[in-house]
Amino acid sequence: MSDLTFHVSSSPHVRAKDSTNRIMLYVILGLLPTTLFGIYNFGAKALLLIVVTIASCVASEWVFEKIIHKKSTISDLSAVVTGLLLALNLPVSLPWWEAVIGGVFAIVIVKMMFGGLGQNFMNPALGARCFLLIAFAADMTNFNCDAYSGATPLAAMRNGETINRMDALIGRTAGTIGETSTLAIMLGAIILILLGVITLTIPASYLITFVIFMLLFSGHGFDMNYIVAQLCSGGIMLGAFFMATDYVTSPITPKGRILFGISCGILTGLFRCFGANAEGVSFAIIISNLLVPMIEKVTIPRAFGQVKEKKEGN
Amino acid sequence: MNKYTERLYNGIIKENPTFVLMLGMCPTLAVTSSAMNGLGMGLSTTVVLVCANLLISLFRKVIPDGVRMPAFIVIVASLVTVVDFMLKAYVPALSASLGVYIPLIVVNCIILGRAESYASKNPVVPSIFDGIGMGLGFTLGLTCIGIVREILGAGQLFGAQILSLEWFTPITIFVMAPGAFLVLAFLVAGMNIIRKKMDAKGTPLAKPSGCITGDCSGCAHSAFCNDKKKED
Repeated sequence: MSDLTFHVSSSPHVRAKDSTNRIMLYVILGLLPTTLFGIYNFGAKALLLIVVTIASCVASEWVFEKIIHKKSTISDLSAVVTGLLLALNLPVSLPWWEAVIGGVFAIVIVKMMFGGLGQNFMNPALGARCFLLIAFAADMTNFNCDAYSGATPLAAMRNGETINRMDALIGRTAGTIGETSTLAIMLGAIILILLGVITLTIPASYLITFVIFMLLFSGHGFDMNYIVAQLCSGGIMLGAFFMATDYVTSPITPKGRILFGISCGILTGLFRCFGANAEGVSFAIIISNLLVPMIEKVTIPRAFGQVKEKKEGN
Repeated sequence: MNKYTERLYNGIIKENPTFVLMLGMCPTLAVTSSAMNGLGMGLSTTVVLVCANLLISLFRKVIPDGVRMPAFIVIVASLVTVVDFMLKAYVPALSASLGVYIPLIVVNCIILGRAESYASKNPVVPSIFDGIGMGLGFTLGLTCIGIVREILGAGQLFGAQILSLEWFTPITIFVMAPGAFLVLAFLVAGMNIIRKKMDAKGTPLAKPSGCITGDCSGCAHSAFCNDKKKED
């Protein structure tokens, strides 16, 4: 540090080793189990797609910052996390150049245009996934690959078939690279919770709301088998633990986090029960991302000692 | 540059309704899914704009100030009805694809804006040229957006396949609503870069001064106008 002016803010002075860099590293660590399982499950092509997506994200962040003459921020690893999350949300059969477009969209349009890390209004990876889903609908919903053919568990359930819950739990099903294995995702989530990177508030309120919604409106009644199958398939686990908990795009107030989770849960349920597609986790989370400023506005916690203002006329 | 070519330059470049004034955004975003639609919409609007400017300028001394808006609307609405029927009769395919946006030209803010800020205060011939300039500027903007969206979203240009589908996968989002916002944003950004570069070079493309009558009170740009008259 060449700059010797220190600005001392008021106490408490928290000493922590946390930095963006370190937290991103933890998130990558948390994503490792599901990434490795994805590569094991779908083969080398999955690894290639992951590498291409990450490279595209990092490169577009570097190039964009070169163009606008800003200090390069690629070393904070956030672009790597975005690329990894995006790749885990893509089907393995996606052409590589579409993944590259997704990476550029995530970084340049969703993140950098709005001011870089910390300013983006929605999760870049999910924004890019939804962009690709609309732009290349056929490729993004084509889950046929060498390992699996046929419908994803969610699509199968929608057609009234029952699925093998054990396969869905372990992850031996068709789907995007990182969403299939609930076990691997849970393992990563436990790592993140133990490291203190995420708290359980958002995932818990998300999943609980989703379960209640499905019990009430899915038309299957109190069928625990169906609920477990719904939880284990599709992107809900990956979404709840890794994307809804994104620091930038989730509320900072404790009550707000619960509200945010509830919003995600209700929207996911709505999309899965009544939507045109079988899956709706990504749309549910980015719509909830857009609600965050409003949620934060109504859930500002009361400062210690602050008295509720009395209504006039009392 | 004489008075008339100045009006044309003003409408097409300096105060381009799409890229500079950001007027008429509703048809700009809604009907530009192909270059043909953009061109058709732009030309229809141009016809209405020229005729409306002509009539309003002719009647500017007769129309009482208090009811000028209803009077303008009546004139514009009649012209739009004529254009709508003409399109239905002679180019039914274009009419079908533009749909409700042709009748909606009535409330297009470019037309009312030019009527209010130019035609109702200026003689007939300059008003006609103002209409032509603004109309062509709008057509240019819409066609540009349409071309970009059609190439990216379908690989076509004016309906002809220019990018072979054998290797090109159409990015369908560009012919849908979000694509309109993206393309418009990038084109406006590009326009601003050019404007900045020209400013830096010392040959400014001219700011949208919009000062026509010297009447600052009714001017939309009065907040950031450099040549604003000091209020006494």
